[in-house]
Amino acid sequence: MIIFIYDKTFEGLLTAVFDAYSRRTFPDLLLAEGEPFPLFYDEAIQIYTDDRKAERVWKGLERKISKSSLSGLTVTWLSELPEVDMLLFRYIRKAIDAPATIEFNLGDPDILETAKIWKKVNNERLRVMQFFRFQKATDGTYFAAIAPIYNVLPLVLPYAQDRFADQQWLIYDLKREYGYYYDLKDTIEVRFKEKDSHLLTGLLSEDIMDKDEKLFQSMWKEYFKSIAIKERLNPRLHRQHMPARFWKYMPEKR
Amino acid sequence: MDEKVLEKLKILAESAKYDVSCASSGTSRSHKSGAIGSAAGWGICHSFAEDGRCISLLKIMLTNYCMYDCAYCINRRSNDLPRATLSVTELVNLTIEFYRRNYIEGLFLSSGVVRNPDYTMERLVKAIKDLRLIHHFNGYIHMKSIPGASQELVNEAGLYADRLSVNIEIPNEASLQALAPEKDFKSVFAPMRYIQQGVLQSAEERKRFRYAPRFAPAGQSTQMIVGATADTDKDILHLSSALYQRPTMKRVYYSGFIPVNTYDNRLPALTTPPLVRENRLYQADWLLRFYQFKVDEIVNDAYPDLELDVDPKLAWALRHPEVFPVDINKADYEMLLRVPGIGVKSAKIIIVSRRYANLGSEQLKKIGVVMKKARYFITCRELPTQTVNEVSPETVRQLLTRKTGKKTDDRQLILPFID
Ligand code: SF4
Repeated sequence: MIIFIYDKTFEGLLTAVFDAYSRRTFPDLLLAEGEPFPLFYDEAIQIYTDDRKAERVWKGLERKISKSSLSGLTVTWLSELPEVDMLLFRYIRKAIDAPATIEFNLGDPDILETAKIWKKVNNERLRVMQFFRFQKATDGTYFAAIAPIYNVLPLVLPYAQDRFADQQWLIYDLKREYGYYYDLKDTIEVRFKEKDSHLLTGLLSEDIMDKDEKLFQSMWKEYFKSIAIKERLNPRLHRQHMPARFWKYMPEKR
Repeated sequence: MDEKVLEKLKILAESAKYDVSCASSGTSRSHKSGAIGSAAGWGICHSFAEDGRCISLLKIMLTNYCMYDCAYCINRRSNDLPRATLSVTELVNLTIEFYRRNYIEGLFLSSGVVRNPDYTMERLVKAIKDLRLIHHFNGYIHMKSIPGASQELVNEAGLYADRLSVNIEIPNEASLQALAPEKDFKSVFAPMRYIQQGVLQSAEERKRFRYAPRFAPAGQSTQMIVGATADTDKDILHLSSALYQRPTMKRVYYSGFIPVNTYDNRLPALTTPPLVRENRLYQADWLLRFYQFKVDEIVNDAYPDLELDVDPKLAWALRHPEVFPVDINKADYEMLLRVPGIGVKSAKIIIVSRRYANLGSEQLKKIGVVMKKARYFITCRELPTQTVNEVSPETVRQLLTRKTGKKTDDRQLILPFID
């Protein structure tokens, strides 16, 4: 068994592909630094992430599969699922080796699996876009907390940047403890050493809420209640479309 | 903004909620600098009400005062219910503040008729014009055109709204006039025609001048109430199909009748709205728009109503065993679409992935084909054993409608994301 050890970044994974081809040695297992080794193995190879190597693999892939499938690879990566690196490694290898594109060959288990994860992550991205809620703070910043099952915040940014371009905002992932702040010009990744309560609970405390925030939250809540047609109540469908794990941060469901 | 607006919001949302056309789709407009918002090409549902319906737009009436007396409507003048009117500023504020918080995609504005159709229409147009021109609101706007409004006002509305709609409500003119004495087909179809002219004309102009104004870029939609009159599904779907022949008609919505005015004995006394029928109509509508079915194949003199226990595609397949089984590895796209259990998406995947290798039932399952249904209608790599021809349509029907004990929900609403 051959093990590659790398830094668990996407660039690291691409570097691993590069090194594998130049050594003509392919891993059976990908491990992060510090992860325990299996009992038996033949060789462990350390991969040093190198942006130039990563870029060359990416360029090579661009010639093999479509733009949309390429972005599918990064989306799938953001699932953070334990086996996803090995899956993508195999996918990339198949893509490179095949004379024609393999991306639509859903008869291949790796391609099908990638397509499935890609879809799941995309669904989560859509749900975050649907259900995240801004709360306005006294300083004018709109704050939203999310806790998605996959790391989809980077995928939601284009939507937020386009739609909320004339307001400052911070969207924060409570689980992964990072966020993006938009200052009317740039969007920057932010992490906080010391966390105010809203970075833990996801809700602005009243002393830093804009004076009208409460009112708009209750208006939305009332609207939400009024708009349902009593003769058609359907709690099952309601939950199915809007999973309960999002409710904590939605004024209409709190 | 204060508690008074909260009260009005409640009243006016209550009054607006029976209009089901909520999807905000069909326009892509990305952010303009100095403006608020964008519209994605598909509608995003930002919430789901407790009835399971998508909330994508702030659906509200400017006023629920109305001088008309439509029998099926909660806001008719003979009803004694709380009435309210929003000022344009209040409406604008609500829309923008909700939008900035990611509650909504935009606004769905309608109104009761006050004074006369043009007066009402003018106020609606003023509201959306202010939103666009003074407040630079760039989100989605769907405006309901008032029946009987003049062409000039419809033309102006089209400059600011993404979508305009005029509801037919009752699919047959005699019944419409019996239930809504102030309306007739002309009052509905004339504004529809104005919208169509506006859209087509603007498209023509934009070919020549890129900056010619856009006119209701998401086209128009309409709604029919189902189950308030004796009209059959054939009547309803033939009208839908005729409407879809018109170039700008994007969606026909169906709304299961809810007896909001139980005292009015011109209307049936239903205890629950006909939700299964409503769902079947949406499925049939889907077949018309995406599955290349002709309306006569779905409903005709022999079958004037959709069957409630099987979906219309399965119903068609059971009436036509002679075209099955379909060979998954050879059949063309149109034929794949006819197979119960195969949707638009899986049909497309089948077409691309069978280039690599012949497909078997395992792969079909993975692709997303509902094999429970499809197995009676296809052959794939494995040879068929029990197709509809061997076991007879009647048996297949029984097998597929047998209660499994598991609760299935026929009230599933349509996917809001596809236009
Ligand atoms: S005109 Fe519209 S609001 Fe007025 S009663 Fe008729 S349907 Fe209701």
